[in-house]
Amino acid sequence: MIEFNSNDLLVMLPELFLLGATCMILLVDLFIKPSQRDITHWLALLALAATGALVWRDAPAMGQATTAFNGMFVRDGVASVLKLFVLLTTGLVFLYSRAYLRDRKLFVGEVYLLLLFGTLGMMLLVSAGNLVTVYLGLELLTLSSYALVALNRDSGLSSEAAIKYFVLGALASGLLLYGMSMVYGATGTLDLASIHAIADLSATSPHRTLLAFGLVFLIVGIAFKLGAAPFHMWLPDVYDGAPTPITMFISSASKLAAFGMAYRLLEGAFGGMRADWSLMLSVLSVLSLAVGNLFAIAQTNLKRMLAYSTISHIGFLLLGFVNGTPAGLAAAMFYMICYALMATAAFGVIILLARAGFEAEEIDDFKGLNQRNPWYAGIMAIAMFSLAGVPPLFGFFAKLMVLKVVIDAGQLWLAIVAIVFAIIGLFYYLRVVKVMYFDAPLDPAPLELPADRSFRWALSLNGIALLVLGVSWSPLLEWCQRALNV
Amino acid sequence: MLVPHLLSLLIWLPVLGAVLVLAFGRQPDVARWLTLVISLTTFVLSLFLWADYVPTGAVMQFLESTPWIPALKANYALGADGISIALIVMSTFTTVLAIIGAWSPIKQRVSQFMASMLMLEAFLIGVFSTTDALLFYVFFEAMLIPMFIIIGIWGGPRRVYATLKFFIYTFFGSIFMLIALIYLHLKTGEFSLAAFAAAPLSAKEQMWLFFAFFAGFAIKVPMWPVHTWLPDAHVEAPTGGSVILAAVMLKVGGYGFIRFSLPITPDASQEFAWLVIAFSLIAIIYIGYVALVQPDMKKLVAYSSVAHMGFVTLGIFIALALVRTHGNPDGARLGLQGAMVQMISHGFVSGAMFSCIGVMYDRLHTRAINDYGGLVNVMPWFAAFMVLFSMANTGLPGTSGFVGEFMVILAAFQDNPLIGLLAAFTLVISAGYTLWLVKRVIFGAVANDKVAKMNDIDAREWIVLGAFAMAVLAVGIYPKPLTDLMEPAVMHLVQQLGITKV
Repeated sequence: MIEFNSNDLLVMLPELFLLGATCMILLVDLFIKPSQRDITHWLALLALAATGALVWRDAPAMGQATTAFNGMFVRDGVASVLKLFVLLTTGLVFLYSRAYLRDRKLFVGEVYLLLLFGTLGMMLLVSAGNLVTVYLGLELLTLSSYALVALNRDSGLSSEAAIKYFVLGALASGLLLYGMSMVYGATGTLDLASIHAIADLSATSPHRTLLAFGLVFLIVGIAFKLGAAPFHMWLPDVYDGAPTPITMFISSASKLAAFGMAYRLLEGAFGGMRADWSLMLSVLSVLSLAVGNLFAIAQTNLKRMLAYSTISHIGFLLLGFVNGTPAGLAAAMFYMICYALMATAAFGVIILLARAGFEAEEIDDFKGLNQRNPWYAGIMAIAMFSLAGVPPLFGFFAKLMVLKVVIDAGQLWLAIVAIVFAIIGLFYYLRVVKVMYFDAPLDPAPLELPADRSFRWALSLNGIALLVLGVSWSPLLEWCQRALNV
Repeated sequence: MLVPHLLSLLIWLPVLGAVLVLAFGRQPDVARWLTLVISLTTFVLSLFLWADYVPTGAVMQFLESTPWIPALKANYALGADGISIALIVMSTFTTVLAIIGAWSPIKQRVSQFMASMLMLEAFLIGVFSTTDALLFYVFFEAMLIPMFIIIGIWGGPRRVYATLKFFIYTFFGSIFMLIALIYLHLKTGEFSLAAFAAAPLSAKEQMWLFFAFFAGFAIKVPMWPVHTWLPDAHVEAPTGGSVILAAVMLKVGGYGFIRFSLPITPDASQEFAWLVIAFSLIAIIYIGYVALVQPDMKKLVAYSSVAHMGFVTLGIFIALALVRTHGNPDGARLGLQGAMVQMISHGFVSGAMFSCIGVMYDRLHTRAINDYGGLVNVMPWFAAFMVLFSMANTGLPGTSGFVGEFMVILAAFQDNPLIGLLAAFTLVISAGYTLWLVKRVIFGAVANDKVAKMNDIDAREWIVLGAFAMAVLAVGIYPKPLTDLMEPAVMHLVQQLGITKV
């Protein structure tokens, strides 16, 4: 029997707070002059920080999960960790984007509202306990993202990217829904925990084929949202066409949410079919590693290169799922968080180099950056070495954890494939370092830094974090492991 | 005097120094002096290691251990035995000389160069002093980054090609080692080298692990046929980079064989010792001939490095054969001691040779042998040093080059006279290429006007070459302190070799 319990509201207090704050910001933004838009900026950051504090306060102890609204909404360790990092990376998007947006006359209230609604969608998605909540959260996120990609209305490239994103995204959502309908047909429930409990997976079960088909469609939907090959076609165009802060949002926060979705659907609902989905994911993973790393070599545009690099990292992430144990999922979550922090640093430097009327998108735009500004060249180098997985930087340890669970699962050949592609990947990351350090600058004048001090501080901290977490990454790893009860 | 946390201090002092140099080194001279002070302090501190090591005590001393990643049971664990101490002291010594050597040749972005050198020093000390496999791997890979930058920014015309090749080549080798380390971790649940060495492993497991380690260390040494990155990297690297690369970085490969391959996979090492010995002999003979025809001095010395490092791997794996098949621990001890002395000696000799080439390059900006001739007429002091180091390179008795090679050849004779004969052949070949180099560059009439205008070495170059000369002669005339220092570690290793795991 469906009942309303007022305590349920408390379980999703952070989401409700964010919703209220977003609506308030919407109203405030209506009444301020464009010159006062900084108020919106700081209010949005404040809203994220307060939401983060609420998530932190309510983060459950190890192994505890609270459900609300008859299982529609789950608050557990995984949800809390992912939400905090979603909020953190969205906050970084805000901090990094202000000057960029202002220079391009895109500094409008809509950006903040769409990003905040997208964040709300992600929080809902990672806390979903029901197929409907999954879909709701996902659509809230993706609809906001489509509009954000098209933010620069005058740019043909942006519009093209948005259309591509929208059409392919709608197709993926359709496939996802189709898969959900099959699952519903086979089990008669939309609740993820119930699906897990009652799905009849025995060999003689009449539902097995239907469930397997449903699973395939769900995985296609997940692979699309993550950008795993061969469902990655949208990714390079969207990365390239979207304004850089939006690219950063899609590659960091949104990927964290996509990981949450994969976790909820695969482990939450289909934990019983682990053998089936881990095989499918290992195929996706190898393909993503191959496509991502090989195609990235040919790119001259840094944003497109990072798009292919994302694909390869998603391949690595999926390796964590192959094992299917909590330890494997913890490694995958650790990897995703690590990737999100590396991506924000890399895109942050791209935003930093951009000026009014100039996008620092080509790899050649980074020529001689070390002579022009050694500090930010250093941060970009840290981000690149970290993405390549060179110790002692953070990215290496994320790879280490994933390789460990893969070898633990007895899939030695997968680990070898992964490292062979990691070596191939090394080349294009090193090329960026090479351009920055070994080439002469096209314009030897020192780099003009944006006046926004909060941006520079946040970016510097982001880069240093990759170094510091490389030395002391144990707390974060343990946090991820606690969230998954390892 | 006992300094607490001496090994940590040795690792972190240069790191701190690098940060300071970057922060306050806008003025090139400030950066240079600051770096010199830090590297000298590190060198003096490293001497305390030698002074405080108790040969009668435990093999591993100066132990430190702090949990690093409790979830993986990986520790920040440090410890040093005689072999480590000898290599650490050699690293700090050569770093000081490399920094003095780079004093005026490096004119651009001085603070970045100096900081890279200090980081490199820190990572090298870290590699030689850790007893935790994960930490070892981190240092092992991390040292590629500063070297990548050093070759890429301050190198010669083809520096980008050389440095990318260097980075990707070595990364390729070591990443297989990572898989091996993870496998061993899953097997033992720890990352400590002692646990790895004690882990029971079947013959098949040992074989795969052996080749994974072999990939990493053979590229680092480098052994024939995976040596091809070295000549490129050396030719393009600035003098300071070449010195550290040849003197210290190559030793990491030999050190890895001793720390990983032999104790962890002794049976597979025995089974495939023939392969390593064959590769070593090829390096000694074939690469010696390759060195003979090089028109570029740096390339010649780089190939001679490959040939001399062949003695290191030969000595290590001959020891295994002596213990296992001949039951001859004394011979094994000789082989290992020889390999170790050869590592130290080659560090000094190759560092000195590259410094000499650097001195010439600073004056004429060419490394081609044909551009020189008759240097003895214009640079008598330099010629004296160069001839001394060349003699050491050929293995003349009285210089350090003789001691290690002689011990290895003696050990090789005890295993198989044919191997000993082939190895001894090096004395002819290395004399061939080194003396021919000296003849063409140093002796004869002054070759051209440019050479006639060359000035003899200044005080700074005197310090560098003089210090190297002292080290070469000290090890050559009285190697006992060095062998005594390494004796307990070598004995321990010989004992370990005798234990089969299968």
